[in-house]
Parts: sequence; C-alpha cells; structure tokens
Amino acid sequence: MRLRLYYPITMLKILKYSFYDLMRSRWSYVYFAFYLLLGVVLLFLNNDLSKAVITLMNVIIVLVPLIGTIFGVMYYYNSQEFTELLLAQPVKRSSIFLGQYLGVALSLSMSLILGLGIPFVFYGLFESSAIWDFSLLLVTGTFLTLIFTALAFNIALTNENKIKGFGYAILLWLFLAVIYDGLFLMTLILFEDYPLDKLSLIGTMLNPIDLSRTLILLKLDISALLGYTGAVFKQFFGTSFGFIISFIMLTIWVVMPVLRIVFKSKKKDF
Amino acid sequence: MVTIENLHKKFGKNQVLSGVDLHIHEGGIFAVLGPNGSGKTTLIKSVLGMVIPDKGNITVHGENIKKNSDYRHKIDYLPQIANFPSNLKVKELIKMIKDLRKQTDEDQRLIDLFKLEPFLEKKLGNLSGGTKQKVNLVLTFMFDSPLIILDEPTTGLDPISLIRLKDLIKVEKAKGKTVLITSHIMSFVEEISDEIVFILEGKIYFKGSIQKLKTKTNQPDFEHAIASILSDNHA
Repeated sequence: MRLRLYYPITMLKILKYSFYDLMRSRWSYVYFAFYLLLGVVLLFLNNDLSKAVITLMNVIIVLVPLIGTIFGVMYYYNSQEFTELLLAQPVKRSSIFLGQYLGVALSLSMSLILGLGIPFVFYGLFESSAIWDFSLLLVTGTFLTLIFTALAFNIALTNENKIKGFGYAILLWLFLAVIYDGLFLMTLILFEDYPLDKLSLIGTMLNPIDLSRTLILLKLDISALLGYTGAVFKQFFGTSFGFIISFIMLTIWVVMPVLRIVFKSKKKDF
Repeated sequence: MVTIENLHKKFGKNQVLSGVDLHIHEGGIFAVLGPNGSGKTTLIKSVLGMVIPDKGNITVHGENIKKNSDYRHKIDYLPQIANFPSNLKVKELIKMIKDLRKQTDEDQRLIDLFKLEPFLEKKLGNLSGGTKQKVNLVLTFMFDSPLIILDEPTTGLDPISLIRLKDLIKVEKAKGKTVLITSHIMSFVEEISDEIVFILEGKIYFKGSIQKLKTKTNQPDFEHAIASILSDNHA
C-alpha cells in the first residue's frame, strides 16, 4: 500500500516545489497583472459584455499559447540543475517531469483564472447571464495552457541546445496561431470546386487554437463570426455534439504530448 | 554490491563505454580513475540510472536497476559540479531533499562540521564554489545509505574541509559501507582508497590495490604508476 501511494505523492511534492518556484518569479505576476488590467479595462471602460468576451477570446487564443510555450521551454532549461539533482534521488523520472510540467501549467492557469476572474467577480459576474460564456473562456484558456506547456516540454526534452529549443517553440506557436490559418484558407480557395466539409473539419481539429476558437464561437452562437469552418462544424455536429467533440479533441491534445513527455524522459541521458 | 556486465554507451558517434565489466564488493573505498573523457562520469551516471546504457546490465544490491528507481534509496550521490537551483536558500534545499527522501537529523551534525550555519539563509546562487561543495557534501552524507558515490569530492575545498572530508569517508568505511570515488588528486586517492579501478578508452584497464598497480607497472610510486599507464597507451 505504501509503495502504491508513494508514486503520486512524490509527483505532487515536485509539483509543489515547481509551483512555488514559479510563484516567486516576477513573470508570473506580470502575466497575472496583464490579465487583471485587460479584464478591468474591457469591463469597466467598455461596458458591453458580449464584446468584452469576444475581445478576451481573441486575446486568449493567441496569447495563452505563446506564454505557455515560452514559459514551458524557459522553465525546463532553467531548472536543468534542479532536475539533475532530482534524478539522483529515488524518484521516478515520470514523477519529476510530470510534476514540473503540472507546476508550470497550473501556475500559468492560475494567473489567467485569477487575473480575469477577479475583475469579473467585481463586475457582478454571478448575476450576469454571461457567466457560462465567461467560464468557457477560462476553461478553454486552461486547456490551451496545458496543451502548449506540454508541447514546449516536448521540444525542450528533445533539444539540448537552448537556442534551438526556443526557436522551435516560437516556430510552433507561429505555425499554429498564424501560418496554419493562412495555409488552411489557401487550401479552401484552391480546392473550392470540391466538397471541403470533411477537410475543414479535420483541419480545425488538428489545430488546438482553431478548435478553441470554434468551441467558443459555437457557445456564443454568433453566426457572423463563426466563419466557414465554424459553420461546417455546427452543421455537421450540431451545437451540443460539436461541443462534446471539441472537448474530447482538446483532451486528446493534452494527453498525447503528456504521454510523449513520459516516454521521452525515460530514454533520455542526463 | 555493484555488478556491471558488458556495459556499452555511445553519445552520438562517440563511443564512451565499450564493454565494461566490473564487480564491486561490499565494504571499502574504491577509486575510479582514468584520463579526461575516459568515461568515469558516464560509468557512475549509469549506475545511478541518469544515463541509459545501450547494452549491458547493472545490478545494485542484487537489484537490476533497469526501469527501477527504488534502489536509489540505497545510494548517496555527490555530483561533480554542485549545480543547484540558484534561487533556493541552503536551508530550503536541505529541507526539500529530506522531504523527497526521508527525514534525518544527521544534517545538523554535518552543518556544524563544515561550519555552514552562517550560510543557511543565503541563496545558493550567491555561494562560492567551495561553500556550494560543502552544501553538496551535507546533502550526500546526511542519509545513511550503504553505497556512497562521490564524483570529484575535493573540488574547491580548503585544507581543513579536505581533512574533515577524509575523516568523514573513513568513518563511513568503518561502518562497513561501500564508497566509490572519482578524483584527479592522486595524493587524495592514494591516501584514502583500498582499491583502484582504472578506465581507459571505455574499458576497465586495471582493477586492484595500489601495491599491485605499482608492481604491474614497475614504478616506485603511485603517481608515476598512473603516468606510465597513460604514456604506454598514448592517452
């Protein structure tokens, strides 16, 4: 019984140390303060709740992946010494790396949730009809943090060279946040004579950022902003089924890179 | 205690270990020697499970170390360069490692021994190399494990601390423990070790007492014996 308990407990201990370590870092506060400011400005100077949610969505789906990627890579490289110290202790490798990963991802998610949540609570969120839209925004933001931090850890684990690691991380973000949409759109235009419903569905699911955008827009139910893929999504799955499918896809997007962290870390030399 | 069979390890194109066979019995001080880049640290890191061998078997206390982490409860390891997270305080680091391994009161005795009391509240990034090495020694010796692995333990230590370290190692040996040391300081090795393991080009070149090494190389003193191996092999 003790042995079976041992595994998650050491992982939680490492999670705790990584979390505290980041909580001491100035950057966590900068990130938190940014969301706090954004929330305050959008809510109290704008006063249009649905517009505020859409603006927040646009910021979250671009910024959260960027910060998740950069923080993930940075934390991994900065804590290499700590990691080596841990590796010589009777601790499983998967505990070390999952603990560190969750420490980073959770502290970033906390900055996001508290930073945006506090102004919304003061705004009177609990009496507002926008509470579900808003909660979905935070849930999606948390998913994106989990996904991109995991991707960043993957990149850092496979690249000894820090500069290369950073480069790949930025490229990954640029690709998924910007280039992917462009390529996608070009494909749609080039092959407009063919039925593209399935292609665009798959295209959306293969990019967590697109997936998050579609998910939020489905919930907000603003057809004008839904775009082609969103419309196909809605037509194909219907609102609630589309919802479930996107959540499942987002979960897969978290699980796959996390499994690769476990797998890669077991084979690595330190 | 530690058995290594046919150990191979390659980093990229660089073959570091090519078929190491080594048996280290329980009790005594063993020095692992060899020129720079001969694979000493790789060998030690393989025993610790930090480096995954391409081929071969390692058992510690009869336990195969592959896909295992519990056996490290029986090992105290002093890493070569004390690279600690720089924003942690000395006290926090000691507390953290105890939290991860097990509780002990030994640390206080070692802190007193190496006069580390004034540094406990300081951040590790602000310590000198020698002080870091003392913290490193506290972390290593505070757990009472049967196997102690020391990678360049003398680095940065002042003469008094060096004497204390030697005493510490001798006390551990007297308790019947096995100590594995790598060092470039030949006088230190000669004074402290019972047996020498010499690695050359990824293989065990010699294993035995210092006296045996002197006879084998036909040299009057230890330092020359080592030098003669190196020059004979153009290393």
